[in-house]
Amino acid sequence: MYSNPQPQPAPTSPETAVATTEPATRTLSGAEATLHALLAEDVDTVFGYPGGAIIPIYDALYDFKEQLNHVLVRHEQGGIHAAQGYARSSGKVGVVFATSGPGATNLVTGLADALIDSTPLVCITGQVFAHLLGTDAFQETDILNITTPITKWNHQVTDASEIPEALAKAFYIARSGRPGPVLIDITKNAQMQKADFAPYQPCTHIRSYRPRPVVRPEYVAQAAALINQAKRPLVLWGQGVLLGKAEQEFKQFIEKSGIPAAWTILGAGALPTGHPLNVGMLGMHGNYGPNVLTNECDVLIAIGMRFDDRVTGRLDKYAKQAQVIHLDIDPTEIDKNVKATVPVWGDCKETLPLLTELVEARSYPKWRQRFLDHDAEEIAAVIQDELFPTSDELTMGEVIQQLNELTQGEAIIVTDVGQHQMVACRYAKLNHTRSNITSGGLGTMGFALPAAIGAKYGAPERTVVAVIGDGGIQMTIQELGTIMQTGVNVKILLLNNQFLGMVRQWQELFHDRRYSFVDIASPDYVTVASGYSIAGRRVDNRPELQTALREMLEHPDSFLLEVMVTKENNIFPMVPQGCGVGEIRLK
Amino acid sequence: MTQQSIDRREYNITAYTENQVGLLNRIAIIFSRRKINIESLNTSPSEVEGIHRFNIVVVETEEVVRKIARQIEKQVEVLKVYFNPNEDVIWQEMALYKVPTDVIAERALVERLLREHGARAVVIRKDYTVFETTGHREETDKLLTVLQPYGLIEFVRSARIAIIKDSQGFHHKLREFERTEPSHEVSENDYLNSRDKVFTM
Repeated sequence: MYSNPQPQPAPTSPETAVATTEPATRTLSGAEATLHALLAEDVDTVFGYPGGAIIPIYDALYDFKEQLNHVLVRHEQGGIHAAQGYARSSGKVGVVFATSGPGATNLVTGLADALIDSTPLVCITGQVFAHLLGTDAFQETDILNITTPITKWNHQVTDASEIPEALAKAFYIARSGRPGPVLIDITKNAQMQKADFAPYQPCTHIRSYRPRPVVRPEYVAQAAALINQAKRPLVLWGQGVLLGKAEQEFKQFIEKSGIPAAWTILGAGALPTGHPLNVGMLGMHGNYGPNVLTNECDVLIAIGMRFDDRVTGRLDKYAKQAQVIHLDIDPTEIDKNVKATVPVWGDCKETLPLLTELVEARSYPKWRQRFLDHDAEEIAAVIQDELFPTSDELTMGEVIQQLNELTQGEAIIVTDVGQHQMVACRYAKLNHTRSNITSGGLGTMGFALPAAIGAKYGAPERTVVAVIGDGGIQMTIQELGTIMQTGVNVKILLLNNQFLGMVRQWQELFHDRRYSFVDIASPDYVTVASGYSIAGRRVDNRPELQTALREMLEHPDSFLLEVMVTKENNIFPMVPQGCGVGEIRLK
Repeated sequence: MTQQSIDRREYNITAYTENQVGLLNRIAIIFSRRKINIESLNTSPSEVEGIHRFNIVVVETEEVVRKIARQIEKQVEVLKVYFNPNEDVIWQEMALYKVPTDVIAERALVERLLREHGARAVVIRKDYTVFETTGHREETDKLLTVLQPYGLIEFVRSARIAIIKDSQGFHHKLREFERTEPSHEVSENDYLNSRDKVFTM
């Protein structure tokens, strides 16, 4: 991925060979060594917030302004969500700086989110002086033990000399295998200390860590044999396809095998939403066809997905009739929730081409027609009214539908958590991979605004639209300050139903409409935005909607568009909690 | 009793790991996250220098233990994990018993009990004597029960250590590991005892 700065090849004479293969060391502070490591790892952007225990790194950063773009966020949670957005849109490792104590603990939600959604991050936290550890020093917190369950790896550095190796391991671990967040805690003395550093060596191997499983061809062959005798095969794909950068390999597999394919929300976009074999979204609020037909397929091929409970519903009623092929890089996912008939352990970038070669070119016209029939039912019962309503009030679905018409599926859609998220994921048109950025596993409200900022830094050439509800935006609204100061161009599409809508929906359906604390008041968002010098507009009627969306997209800078939508809409279809996917309800 | 509680039994988890600060916590929370009690935990060196060995005992179903073993093995600094029911391992626990010396001196019965249970005197003082036995849980427990009436002052039992009966397989790989990539030294905090000499803010 990056060149290994090995010493030059040894010259012929043995005497000079000794002299030149001895790498030239240079004296740096730990803080400077930290920044040199970031540059060597091809980092261009860091999201962070300074504080006492990380001042030496910020002091060194003063001299690196040309090489490293530092984005000053308004809260460390905003910083880490921005880094997640950056990582998800760019495919690179997101980097965060935070100070000790509260700075570090503010990263906790983002770390948990990044771990469950396999997002590669390297978080660097300052820590009190090594000799003060355990003394309850000012802004001391045991961030290593706090973050152990929510990091792929974490490590504390108490001496400057350890910094390059720790960071090299951090980047290697964060991006290899199943990616995830890594936290490196550097004590202040280690940042200040001077030491002699050899040229930076990226890490390419750790003896106890096997990120790239050796693919066993016999399992690939078994999988192909199962697929070749299938009558009604169904592919379920997840984010593993994106993380493995295997979109092409996946498309070739689908197109040759002719198997209909459905996606988890983190997998969205790996195959364009308009592709004829893309049969839609899985899960609790997914499409009718793929949910119902999961329980009718004869071979289920899961690719880079983990059978989350929001995808499977009740496990004892999930795909019991099917033989399951599970392709995953992480062995703990095999048999974790759904027993695999044939496990194919490996990176799908490697396993998919092997499988494609062995499967027969087929098409399943009758079986695919079943999906189309279910689609027709879903359109009649749900989609028509959601996207083209005849009532007075606006629906979330029609906003996304109008947005699709303007973006033509070219934008990156970043969503928060709740009803608007399900609507956006269900209806957004996505032509490209890495175009749907959302908090899937953790369901972190407040994710979208900062993640959209980071997504724009990770893909500056693309339009980034953050779709957010009136609950979520109030959780991290301070990041409007980051937009103001950096001038980053993010389109904020606020869908305001004046409720914490998803909880309200559950209270309506399952708790006798006892609306307990879901009625949330909002500030005047357009005024708030203007306080941050961000242009904005509010619409509440159909005739204005498209011009307002157009104004938002065509505005040269960031823009906040608040759309007042109908208050008590429910998201359907829905697999109620405790039900099987076959029991999905259309109303 | 549910079916699940019937299927639960003792399993011995053996993990080969790097010797790293913080790894104990990383492994322990895999159990506590699932509200599984660790019955016994021992960390020790292995036959290969620089490679550490955890022996963990839990009472669980095979399915749960298999998943836990995979989760442990997934950790970056863990090399290999095995899990075995008791019949697949040779295992021992050590116990220490502190008994008043006069009781032993005066009562021939107590001396006989100790002898019958294979106890060995570790320390003999005027006021007390410390005995040691090694064996399975029932054996060390039995001596505890019989000594209770005779003024037992203190009792402690060690974690279980276990050797897998059929474990040739990994031994060679371990040796090979260490030969091709020697272990690093454990990195610890060298500054804790030099507070006065360091600049503070």
